[in-house]
Amino acid sequence: MPAEGDGNPAPRVGAGRHPLRNLWRLRHYLRPHAAEFGWLLLAGLAATGAGLTIPLLAQRVVDGPVARQDPAGLFRLAGLALLLGLVEALLIFIRRWVQASSSMRIEAAIREDVYAHLQRLPAGFHDRWQSGQLLSRVTSDLSVLRRFLSFGLFFLILNLVTYLAVVALLIRLHPALALLVAGSAVPLFLISRHFARRYHAASRRMQDQQGDVATLVEETAQGLRTMKAYGRGPELAARFAVDARALHDTGVAKGRLLARTSALLDLVPNLTLGVVLVAGAAAAAGGALTIGELVAFVSLQLMLIWPVQSLGWIIANGQEAATAADRVQEVLDTPPAIVDAPHALAPRRADVRGRIRFERVSFRYPGTSAPVLREIDLTVEPGETVALVGATGSGKSTLLSLVPRLHEVTGGRITLDGHDLRELRLSALRRLVGVAFEEPTLFSMSVWENLTLGRPEAGADEVRAALALAQADFAYELPWGLATRVGEQGLSLSGGQRQRLALARAVLGRPALLVLDDPLSALDVHTEALVETALKRVLRTTTALLVVHRPSTIALADRVALLEEGRITAVGRHSELLAGVPAYRAVLSAEPTPTPPGERGLVRS
Amino acid sequence: MTGDAVRPASGADLTQWRGVATDPDADRSRAEDTAPEAVARLRARSRVLLRDLLRPHRRRLGLAVALLLGQNAAAMAGPYLVMLGIDRAIAPLRAGEPGPLLAVAGGFAAATAVEYVARRGFLTLSARIGQAVLLDLRQRVYAHFLRLSVAFHERYTSGRMISRLTSDLDSIGELVGGGVEGVVLAVLSILSIAGILLWLDLPLAAVTLLAFPFLIWLSRWFARASADAWRRTRETVALVIVHFVESMRGIRAVQAFRREPRNQEIFGAVSDDYRRASRDAFRLIATYSPGIKVIGNVTVAVVLCYGGWRVLGGATGVGVLAAFLLYLRRFFEPMQELSQFYNSLQSATAALEKLAGVLDERPSVAEPARPVPLPTGPGRGAVAFREVTFGYRPDAPIIVGLDLAVPAGQTVALVGATGAGKSTVAKLLARFHDPSAGAVTLDGVDLRAVADAELRRAVVLVTQETHLFGGTVAENIRFGRPDADDAAVQAAARAIGAHDFIAALPEGYDTEVRRRGGRLSAGQRQLVAFARAFLADPTVLILDEATSSLDVPTERLVQHALGTILADRTALVIAHRLSTVETADRVLVLDAGRIVEDGPPARLAATGGRYAALHRQWRESLL
Repeated sequence: MPAEGDGNPAPRVGAGRHPLRNLWRLRHYLRPHAAEFGWLLLAGLAATGAGLTIPLLAQRVVDGPVARQDPAGLFRLAGLALLLGLVEALLIFIRRWVQASSSMRIEAAIREDVYAHLQRLPAGFHDRWQSGQLLSRVTSDLSVLRRFLSFGLFFLILNLVTYLAVVALLIRLHPALALLVAGSAVPLFLISRHFARRYHAASRRMQDQQGDVATLVEETAQGLRTMKAYGRGPELAARFAVDARALHDTGVAKGRLLARTSALLDLVPNLTLGVVLVAGAAAAAGGALTIGELVAFVSLQLMLIWPVQSLGWIIANGQEAATAADRVQEVLDTPPAIVDAPHALAPRRADVRGRIRFERVSFRYPGTSAPVLREIDLTVEPGETVALVGATGSGKSTLLSLVPRLHEVTGGRITLDGHDLRELRLSALRRLVGVAFEEPTLFSMSVWENLTLGRPEAGADEVRAALALAQADFAYELPWGLATRVGEQGLSLSGGQRQRLALARAVLGRPALLVLDDPLSALDVHTEALVETALKRVLRTTTALLVVHRPSTIALADRVALLEEGRITAVGRHSELLAGVPAYRAVLSAEPTPTPPGERGLVRS
Repeated sequence: MTGDAVRPASGADLTQWRGVATDPDADRSRAEDTAPEAVARLRARSRVLLRDLLRPHRRRLGLAVALLLGQNAAAMAGPYLVMLGIDRAIAPLRAGEPGPLLAVAGGFAAATAVEYVARRGFLTLSARIGQAVLLDLRQRVYAHFLRLSVAFHERYTSGRMISRLTSDLDSIGELVGGGVEGVVLAVLSILSIAGILLWLDLPLAAVTLLAFPFLIWLSRWFARASADAWRRTRETVALVIVHFVESMRGIRAVQAFRREPRNQEIFGAVSDDYRRASRDAFRLIATYSPGIKVIGNVTVAVVLCYGGWRVLGGATGVGVLAAFLLYLRRFFEPMQELSQFYNSLQSATAALEKLAGVLDERPSVAEPARPVPLPTGPGRGAVAFREVTFGYRPDAPIIVGLDLAVPAGQTVALVGATGAGKSTVAKLLARFHDPSAGAVTLDGVDLRAVADAELRRAVVLVTQETHLFGGTVAENIRFGRPDADDAAVQAAARAIGAHDFIAALPEGYDTEVRRRGGRLSAGQRQLVAFARAFLADPTVLILDEATSSLDVPTERLVQHALGTILADRTALVIAHRLSTVETADRVLVLDAGRIVEDGPPARLAATGGRYAALHRQWRESLL
C-alpha cells in the first residue's frame, strides 16, 4: 500500500519561494528572548576573544620573557593567560546555561501554538491529515528548530565574527599572508552554497519520510487488533520495511553529501595553512617576520579550522531548520475554516427556544465533486425530536455534524431560532448542543473528566443525573469510582459501556439541542429499553436530531425524515411513512427479501 | 479562543485529570523500573543490544577505524610539520637552501590529501553504518511490537509505542548523524597527542597529564547526573506524544464539547514537564562542557609558565614550546567535542534503554517452540473450552471454569448482559489472550501449540472496531488474504453486499480510504471488514458485535450472506440484535462468566428462561 504522501495533501516542497522564508517568519518566537540572545552573543564573542588572546599571549611569552630571560614577565603573562582562560570558561557556562532554558522555552512556545492551531482546525482537516504526520511536526521538526536556534544560528554568527576577527588580527601581523587567508573564503562560499541547495531537498525528503513512518506506526497501533486477528504482522512489517528503508536511503544520501562537503571544507584551511607555512617560513628567513610572529600567525590560523569545519554542520543544521520551519508553517498557515464571525452572537441557554431549521443545505467534503447532502430542507420545532433514517452511507452522520459546525455547510444555511449558525459564537453554539457520535470517543482520563469535557463547572448532582439517564451507573462501581481512568490508557470498557458514557456526556447539563448518532447501537435490548424510557423524558423538552437504525428507537421521535442519497425524500410521523412510503418501510423493516428455497438461516419475524 | 469560563489551572487539578489507573506501572514497560538495580540491568541490556546491532558491521567498522587513523595521522602531522618548518627549514633558507622547506611543504600537501580522502571516506562509511544500525533497530522494535500480545498493548498504549518508534529513534539518530566520528577522532587525537607530547618533552607532558584525574572525576559526575536527566526527557516526551495523538484522534469530540481550552492547559502542562526535563539535561552539559574548558585552560597556563621556565633554563627549545602550545590546543579542543558527544550518547542511551525495555518484553501469548499442525481435511473446526479460567487481572476472574464443546460447523450465539464475558470468550478463542487455567482447543489441538500464521488462517475475529489501514478499499479487503486477486476481492464484496457502495466511490475499489472522498461511514467500514473476513475464509469465524452499526436493510443483506458464509464453518456470534442470534444453531446465555442456558434458539425461546425474556423484548421492538 502506498504510504508515501498518505494523509498529507499539502505540497511537499514549496516552490518558488526563498527557502529560508518560513524560518525567518518564526523570528517572533525569538523576540521575547532577543535581549537574552544579544547578551549571549556578547558572552560568546567575549569568550572567543579570550580564547583568541591566549595564543597571542603565548607569542608574547616566546618573544618577550623567554627571549629576554625575564622570569617575572613570564609568570605575569602566564597569570594573565590563566585569568583569561577562567573568564572564557565562565562566559561559556553562562551562555549555555541561559541558552538551555531559552531554547527550550522557544520550542515549547511553538509547540503549544501549533497544538492550539490544530485544535482550531476543523474536522475536515483532520480527516485528511493522519496524526502521525502532525506529530512528527511537533516533535522531530521542533527539536530540529530548537537545535538551530540554540546552536546553529548562534555559531553561524559567532563563527562569522571569529573568522573576521582572526583575519583582522592576521592582517595586523602580516597583511600579505592575511589576504591569502581571507581569500580562502571564496572557495568556502562556493562549496557551502552548492551544498546548501542540495541538502535542502534531502532534508525535506527525510522529514516527510519521518512523518510517513510516524503515520504507519500510528496506524499500526490503532489497527493492532485487526492485525492480530488476521495474523498480518509479516505484511505490515514488510510495509514498514519499505518506509524505514526509504528513510535509511535518504539518511545515507544526506550523510554522503555531508561527508563530501565537510572533507572539502576541511581541505581549504589545510591548504591555506600549508601555503602560509611555506610563505611564512620564507618571510621569516628574509627577516620580514619574527619566529614568534610566525608561531602566532599559524596558531591564530589554526583557530579558523573549527569555524570552517563546523560550517558544513551549521549549514546542514540551518537547512534542516528551514525545512522544519516549512513543515511547521504548513500547519500554521492552514486557516481554520470554521471560525467566529465578527460580532458573533453568544445566546444564553435560557434565551434559546431551540428551533433548528435547515434551508436548502448542501454539503460536500473538501476536494470531492459529489455532494453528500443536497438541498436539505428540514425544520425541527422547539422541543421536537426528529429521527433521521436512511441506508448506510446516505449522509445521516454528516448531516448531524453540521449542527455543532464540525463541518461547515457548502450551500444553504442552518438557523437556530432564526439566526444563521455562522452568526453564533462557536463556543456558544457548541455549548448549546450536546453530541454523541456513532463511535464513542473516550480519552485516557478519569470518568469524571470524560463526562465533563466541555462543562468543567458541572456539579456532582448533574453528573449523577446524566449517568442515571444513560443507565451508566456502573461508573460508580469502577475500582476508583468516577476517578477511574478509562480510555486507551485506562480500564478498558465494553462497547456498550463506552456508548452509555458518551450518551451521559451528551445529555450532561441539559443542552438546548441534542444531536445523537445511533446512540444505542451497542446496547443490549434490556438496557436499550431502560435508556429509551429515560431519554424520552429528556426529549420531551429538548430539541433533538437522532440518527436511528432500529424501529424501536424511532419511538423516541415525534417525526422521522427519510434520507436517501443525500436528499430528504420524506418527512412525517413514523406510522404515516410506514403506511405511505415503501422506501421507508424497506429501510426499517426486518422482513427479509424472498429467500430461495432450501437456503437456511434467515430471519423471519 | 473561546470565551467560556475555564476551570482555573491549579497544580492539583492538572494531575487529577488523568484519573487513577488499574496498573500504576502502565507508563513503563515491565523492564523499566526506577530501582537502581533495575536501571543497571537495563543499561547492561542496552549495551548488549548495541553490541548486537553493531556486530554485522564489524568489518566496515574496522575499515572506518583504519580511515580514521589515517585521517588522524594526517591531521597530527600538521603541527609537527609546522614545528619542523620553523625549527629546521628557516635557517637553511636563510643560507639559500630551499630543500628542507620544500620537503616540509611536500609533506604537508601529502598529509592534506590523505586527510581529505580519509575524512570523506570515513564520514560516508560511518553514515552508512549508522543508518544501517538505525534501520535494523527500527525494524526490530516494530516487528517486536507486532509480536507482543494484545494484553501488552492494552497496557502500553499506542501513544507510547509511537513515541518509542519516533522520538526515541530520532534521538539515537542524532547520535548517528552527529558525531561518532568526532568521538573516535577525539579519543585518537587525545591519545596520539599525549604520545607526541611525551616524546617531545617528558616533564612538560607529565604536567599536562595531571589534568586527567580532574577530567575523569568531572565526567563521572556528568555521566551519573545526565543519565537520569535524559531518562526523564524520554518519559516526559512520551506523555506529550500520548496526549497529542489522543487529542488529534478525538478532535471531533474535542471540538464538539469545547474541550480546547482545557486540552491546551493539559498539553501546556505535559509540554512544560518535557521542557523542564530537557532544560535540566541541557544545563548539565552547560556545566560539564565549560568545566572541561577550565581544566584545559588552566593546563595551558601552567604549561606556558613551566615550559617558559624550562626554555629559560635551556632545558628545551623554543620550537618545542611552540609545538607544545599548538598541540595543547588540539589536545583540549577535541575534549569539547567529546563532551558534546558524551551528552548525545547519554541521550541516545536513555532512548536505547527504553527500546531495550520493549525488546525485552516477552509476548504473553507466545509463539509455540514446537508448533503442532492443525489436522486438515473436510469437517474441521471443532472448538472446545476445557475448564477455562481467565481474568484481565488475577484478582478479578471474568471467566471461571468454562466448559464448552462446539462441534465443527456449528453456529453458536453468545447472549448475555454487558460484562458477562462474551467478548472475553471471543478473545480467548482468537488467542488474543491465553487462559490462566484450562485450555482452548481447535480440532483437539491446544491453541497455545498452534503456529500463529496457521492459527490466524483458521480463526478470524471481527469486532465492532473496524479499523481500515491507509491504502485503497481493495487493499483493505485483501488484508484478509494478501494473495487474493481483484476478482476474489470483488466477489467477497459482492457476497457481503458491499459492492454497490464501493463501486459508487470516486475511484471504486481503488479509492484511498484516507484521501478526500474516501471517508466511509461506520456502517460502510463494517461492510469492508466483513468482506475482509469473508475473503480470509477461516475455519472458525468469530463475530463480536460486528453488525451493530448497520442499518436494517444492510444488516439483512449481511445476514443473508452469513447464511451462506457460516454454513460450512464453525462460528461464534455475539450480537445484541437477536435477529442474528435466531439464525444460530445453538444459543449460550452467559452470566458472570458462566453458561446459564444452552440450547437451540427456538427451544430456549419457548422455555421461559432469560433468553426467552430477551427474545420477547426484542420481538416487541421490531417493526
